[in-house]
Amino acid sequence: MRPEMTAASLDTAARTSAERGALARARLLRGLLPALSLALVLLAIAWLNPRAISYFGFSLMLNLAIPIALATIAQMFVIAGNELDLSIGTFVGFVGCVTATWLKDAPLIGAAILLGSIGVYALLGALIHLRNLPSIVVTLGMSFVWQGLAILVLPKPGGKAPDWLLGLMAFKPPFVPFPIIAALLIGLIVHFGLMRTSYGVILRGSGGNPAALGRAGWSLLKTKIVLFALAGLFGVLSGMALIGITTSADANIGNGYTLLAIAGVILGGGEFVGGRVSPIGAVIGALTLALAASPLLTFMHIPPDWQVAANGAILIIVLAARVLISRKER
Amino acid sequence: MPEGNADIIRLNGAEKHFGAVRALGGVDFHVSPGECVGLVGHNGAGKSTLMHMVAGTLVPDSGQIGVHGDTEDNYSVSRAQQLGIRCVFQELSLCPNLSVAENTRINHASLRGFGWRRKAAELIAAKLDEIFPGHSISAADIVGDLSIGRRQMVEVARAFTATQDRLDLVILDEPTSSLDAHTAGQLLAFVRRFVAGGKSCILISHVLGEVLRNADRIVVMRDGKVVVADAASAFDRDRLVTAMGGAEARQKIAAQIAAAKPAASPLRVRARPAAQKDGTDLVACAGEIIGLAGLAGHGQTDLLLAIFAAASRARTGIEVTAPVALVAGDRQSDGIFPQWSIAENIGIRSLARLRSGLLISPQREAELAAFWQKKIGIRTPDMNNNIFSLSGGNQQKALFARALGSDAQIVLMDDPMRGVDIGTKLEVYDLVREEAARGRTFLWYTTETEELDNCDHIYVFKNGRIVANLRRDELTEEKIIQSSFGDAA
Repeated sequence: MRPEMTAASLDTAARTSAERGALARARLLRGLLPALSLALVLLAIAWLNPRAISYFGFSLMLNLAIPIALATIAQMFVIAGNELDLSIGTFVGFVGCVTATWLKDAPLIGAAILLGSIGVYALLGALIHLRNLPSIVVTLGMSFVWQGLAILVLPKPGGKAPDWLLGLMAFKPPFVPFPIIAALLIGLIVHFGLMRTSYGVILRGSGGNPAALGRAGWSLLKTKIVLFALAGLFGVLSGMALIGITTSADANIGNGYTLLAIAGVILGGGEFVGGRVSPIGAVIGALTLALAASPLLTFMHIPPDWQVAANGAILIIVLAARVLISRKER
Repeated sequence: MPEGNADIIRLNGAEKHFGAVRALGGVDFHVSPGECVGLVGHNGAGKSTLMHMVAGTLVPDSGQIGVHGDTEDNYSVSRAQQLGIRCVFQELSLCPNLSVAENTRINHASLRGFGWRRKAAELIAAKLDEIFPGHSISAADIVGDLSIGRRQMVEVARAFTATQDRLDLVILDEPTSSLDAHTAGQLLAFVRRFVAGGKSCILISHVLGEVLRNADRIVVMRDGKVVVADAASAFDRDRLVTAMGGAEARQKIAAQIAAAKPAASPLRVRARPAAQKDGTDLVACAGEIIGLAGLAGHGQTDLLLAIFAAASRARTGIEVTAPVALVAGDRQSDGIFPQWSIAENIGIRSLARLRSGLLISPQREAELAAFWQKKIGIRTPDMNNNIFSLSGGNQQKALFARALGSDAQIVLMDDPMRGVDIGTKLEVYDLVREEAARGRTFLWYTTETEELDNCDHIYVFKNGRIVANLRRDELTEEKIIQSSFGDAA
């Protein structure tokens, strides 16, 4: 505080710093909420089954967390631009089928198909922007296209993951289980790209106030294409990671990922509109969902028939807590 | 500067139409280096359209734009940026989800690479310090957390930051509307320093005193044209007001109204705007047409909506003694049921009367529609056609029929004649006066001053408050402008 400030301005400064403090606390609380919910789920698991909290336990429980985290990141890019992708689940399934067939048998063609599918995502972004179409409709339609293509590629469950992928996903680092390291890496890389780089600001701004961005001379077509292409890229990574874990594929393998990914983004502190997303939060949200999805419920002796419903209940509780906290913020 | 004393920007014969509406009709406008041009005019005079052209966000239908002496054929926002022209738009153009520094980055393509965050933060913080000393805004603050006044400060400061592109002209569209007197003073003082340094500003403000004190030259617009442009010293407040309002004589319909006025009629509405500090009420009696005037968005619509709500649930400060109907201003979003026929659109306000048993009687609905078709002159072969088969003016008539065909004794009109042709307007004016003579009460918010000629009593609004209360015989356009542009907030 500068000495020449008058009493009056000191007063305003004090008031604003108090205001700012309250806002910062609320934001911190909201930012910590994903981590808190993860900690809560972990505590519950530790209490129900202490042996699960081990290197081997985590490797097993978080087995499927990597593909879920990658799909969640893919969805997050789309949500950052105020859109929603209802096709990410079947897209992951399609990528899985291609990975277990073409990518193993004819790696060049397989890679070309996967790159081409990222291109399709980019085109979808362009289409949605140019024709001003609702993304929900376009991606819902695309979900059937991906599903159909997946069945064409792999009519019945089977195929085999490429060996290098199996080797990568079976990697066992010392001390810290692989899924945790992978989740950290994914979260940090995307955080840097979207939250710290100068073009990441433009991407998030396109969700916050598109008109302002356009007035400042940025191309909204380009931001939408980039966001959708990134979603496609992370969808491809998710599908490949999934097949690296399951070793073989099925056309329906990713169907549940669409809603899991949306829930993960929201759980991680993202909002459907306004460009407010958090990559690290999204990864934590995905981990929470992966843990809450089956390990926790199995330890709670909830019969498999009821697990889906119980999973939904957990989601409602966490999201309700989020709403309460953000209401306090106002 | 290689261009010497060339104008920073010059528009010749700029024209712009939005559909059938002419927003600009052949405007010549220029700004020289080192001057502050004040731009004034009533709502819809074309100021914002003109400024959008200067900033490159709108392309004129015809006319030429020259910048620094060269003609620009493909003028755009990014071209304007390169040429050193910036605009602070009236509606805020910050991204609420980003920090102050990140919002600065959006306007500067060159802020990139390693260390851009620090550079952006330093740039905006230095400019905020320069314009608004003691501002207490941090570059790391998320814009969505700032008050509206602070957001405007950030927006203004951002427009004055410069990196690699030149900066010659900043357009300030109502820059002080959300600032308190102290910060507004800081900004205007900065504008004077900026202009003294050889740069230029365009200042648009509804506070005429601000313009008179700070501009070197004042351009007055009315109806999409420049009516006067002169040195600021040649203007005083009265001359400005006269220029804005226009002095041409208008045919008055006053006699007609005065004749039909019943003496002491029962009270229908007594309402006080939420922001009203003194005890002024809006009072409307049976058979009266009450005008709500003032600049757009100064609380007129809010009061109408409050009265409408008070009719069904009691509210403090508002007394309503009869059923109410509202004719919406934005008929596409608030008035019309797009999937329905004309007859159904008219009948929706009167369903109770159209019922037979549990169902709506198609016959009664058709009767009501036919009656109003004749009475108000809705031009259609069949009232069962979709409402969109009508022209805009006839759609608006259908909405009037909805209100007038109901049991409502109080009709609220939220600037309903926007974008309606003059023929339809005159028909509706007649109908309104006729219905008022039968005892109906009309509360009529309008942005078109001529329409106030139909009113018995006019309340002028400013900042959500009633600032003037004029009888029909006291009404002049100058008076309305004087009150709505009054410096006292």
